[in-house]
Amino acid sequence: MITLDLTADVVVVGGGPAGTWAALTAAEAGADVILLDKGYCGTSGPTASGGTGVWYVQPDPAQREKAMASREALGGFLQDRRWMSRVLDQTYENMNRLEAEARYPFPVIDGVPHKRGVQGPEYMRRMRSWIKRAGVTVLDHSPVNELLVDGTGTVAGVRGHRRQHNSDYRVRAGAVVLATGGCAFLSKALGCDVATGDGALFAAEAGAEMSGMEFSTAYAIAPAFTSVTKTAYYGFATFFRGDGTPLEGAGSQGGRSVIAKELLRAGTVLCQIDQATAAQQQQMRLGQPNFFLPFDRLGIDPFAEKFPITLLLEGTVRGTGGIRIVADDCATTVPGLYAAGDAATRELVCGGFTGGGSHNSAWAMSSGTFAGRGAAAFAAGLGAAATRRKLTGVGATGIRPASSATGVGRAEAIDVIRREVHPYDKNYLRNGSRLRPALAELDAIWESLRGGAVADGGNLAGLRQAAAMVAHARWMYTSALARTESRGMARREEFPELDPNQYHRLAVGGLDSLWTRAEPVTGRELAIA
Amino acid sequence: MIELVSESRCVTCDVCVAVCPTNVFDRGPDGIPVIARQGDCQTCFMCEAHCPADALFVAPLTHPVPEDSPLRDEAHLAEAGLLGSYRREIGWGRGRKPGARLAVGPELGRARITPAALS
Ligand SMILES: Cc1cc2nc3c(=O)[nH]c(=O)nc-3n(C[C@H](O)[C@H](O)[C@H](O)COP(=O)(O)OP(=O)(O)OC[C@H]3O[C@@H](n4cnc5c(N)ncnc54)[C@H](O)[C@@H]3O)c2cc1C
Ligand code: SF4
Ligand code: SF4
Repeated sequence: MITLDLTADVVVVGGGPAGTWAALTAAEAGADVILLDKGYCGTSGPTASGGTGVWYVQPDPAQREKAMASREALGGFLQDRRWMSRVLDQTYENMNRLEAEARYPFPVIDGVPHKRGVQGPEYMRRMRSWIKRAGVTVLDHSPVNELLVDGTGTVAGVRGHRRQHNSDYRVRAGAVVLATGGCAFLSKALGCDVATGDGALFAAEAGAEMSGMEFSTAYAIAPAFTSVTKTAYYGFATFFRGDGTPLEGAGSQGGRSVIAKELLRAGTVLCQIDQATAAQQQQMRLGQPNFFLPFDRLGIDPFAEKFPITLLLEGTVRGTGGIRIVADDCATTVPGLYAAGDAATRELVCGGFTGGGSHNSAWAMSSGTFAGRGAAAFAAGLGAAATRRKLTGVGATGIRPASSATGVGRAEAIDVIRREVHPYDKNYLRNGSRLRPALAELDAIWESLRGGAVADGGNLAGLRQAAAMVAHARWMYTSALARTESRGMARREEFPELDPNQYHRLAVGGLDSLWTRAEPVTGRELAIA
Repeated sequence: MIELVSESRCVTCDVCVAVCPTNVFDRGPDGIPVIARQGDCQTCFMCEAHCPADALFVAPLTHPVPEDSPLRDEAHLAEAGLLGSYRREIGWGRGRKPGARLAVGPELGRARITPAALS
């Protein structure tokens, strides 16, 4: 097979909002940038298909204070106030640039553009053309499979495969930004099947750490057997048992565990969006046309009829865990490696609670901007030496087996993920007595994958995705077991209370044997009592 | 999942082959794309949004619909106004106003919790 050999100052892996803002910023800083997407930059990832509300707040001290304070208790006070204000500043700037420079057509209300959200297809189509105008080279359908490092362990490039050309490629680079999104474990949640946690696996193999992985219990409401996981409008809904009687205590916020329990018990929960006025119903259609695709195409009137719902796992896409960030430029613990968006931990701005509905998108665009700038500066600092380094691949599982044993591959791993990670009674309604055996299964499949599974060419990406999902699940459950309390989204049935002695963040890492470490919470000195 | 490529509407532009994030389509011998890996479809509707000829239909289910389902029947889908309906709603295509301009949803209050007894 031919290998395409390329060189860049900065490689961006992933072309969602985080990756495109990183690429734009690095290119504007003078770097030669290549962006690689597993799918297609512009349609790939949950933002493109879903659309997002954005944490866009005027730079007015009172409004900013309110915005920062609003979810602090929900997040277990693990947020960093300094990061929150940097992200608010950067998001404000980026959204204004999106309007002025990318001509995004924001709605205008009373003469004022309304910038608290973006429609996914429009936003990401514009981001793609914007980065191309800025000189970024985009390779679509080109999953990255591993990181390359130099003799000192500094990240110096990537290797991957172009699936529509059936050729491998290698990019030598001064710095790499991982913006591969979170991990939704192939749950078929809207736009999430490309989000299999690849970046976290690559980062860990190069020596990076994760953080916040215990806060990855995000499940979203969707009509049963559909993909459209948009929970916001279910705030206007009433929930029922299969026999049509009200399901007491169920709700889209604060009552989703009741729904999960009933789904486990009876297999059916019905719902009707019966609390929206006629005017609100019309606004819903304009606000999120894709919310209605399942209903219109199945001939259901969601306002007038009861329909069955399900909860789909969104893992770290709407949870907060990811690669640990150690500096303002979104550097990781590995030199030359930067992380942004869902691939990076979002604890700094969300604490232990989902940033769904606004913070996630703000984090994606601002951390992308920070990482792009950081990576460009790092690459510039290397000078000409960057191109003379000897490169070694650090990808292990699926590429460099630990033994000659064979037997399991992608299908077996995905089967374990379905059994041990998707179920509500394991990942959502958590109890050590169920987490421990689940983790043991995951450890066993990891060992089998690590032992002998190998693939190449077009088959490698799928195997690496399976390995990334198993790695994610093991970091999640290891952290969940280490947090013997209920804080933010990390709830434990047998430890329902918040434990003041566990007021810390949890770093987690390792591949074959895992570890956790308590990290002090930063950025609280700025908190206003 | 993707269920239909309309041969009569398709202008063989290959846009869907390019934009599908999970690489579901292959280019067919006559230029009309074929659904080569339906099982990889993530039901994201992006191909439909980008198809300039309203030639694709994505059924809203995460599993294939039966052979005789109306959701695979081009004549039915065209008559029901479902072919190209997502593209129309987001306001893409010549002469349309971008849906993004109009995208203002209702104010979201605090979510309700279902009470025990409802009248
Ligand atoms: C239905 C839904 C609605 C949402 N609504 C909101 C909201 O209202 N507000 C909000 O703030 N957040 C919301 N979110 C979350 C938000 O969508 C994500 O936080 C955001 O998309 C993250 O952007 P990202 O760029 O980090 O990752 P993504 O958008 O996931 O992009 C990752 C990209 O990396 C690519 N990639 C992955 N692996 C590889 C690899 N190995 N090689 C090359 N490329 C790779 C993928 O193809 C993809 O293009 C929602 C999520 C969902 C599912
Ligand atoms: S995008 Fe539409 S018109 Fe173009 S090849 Fe695909 S089906 Fe045909
Ligand atoms: S719905 Fe999405 S995943 Fe399915 S074929 Fe269309 S673009 Fe591809």
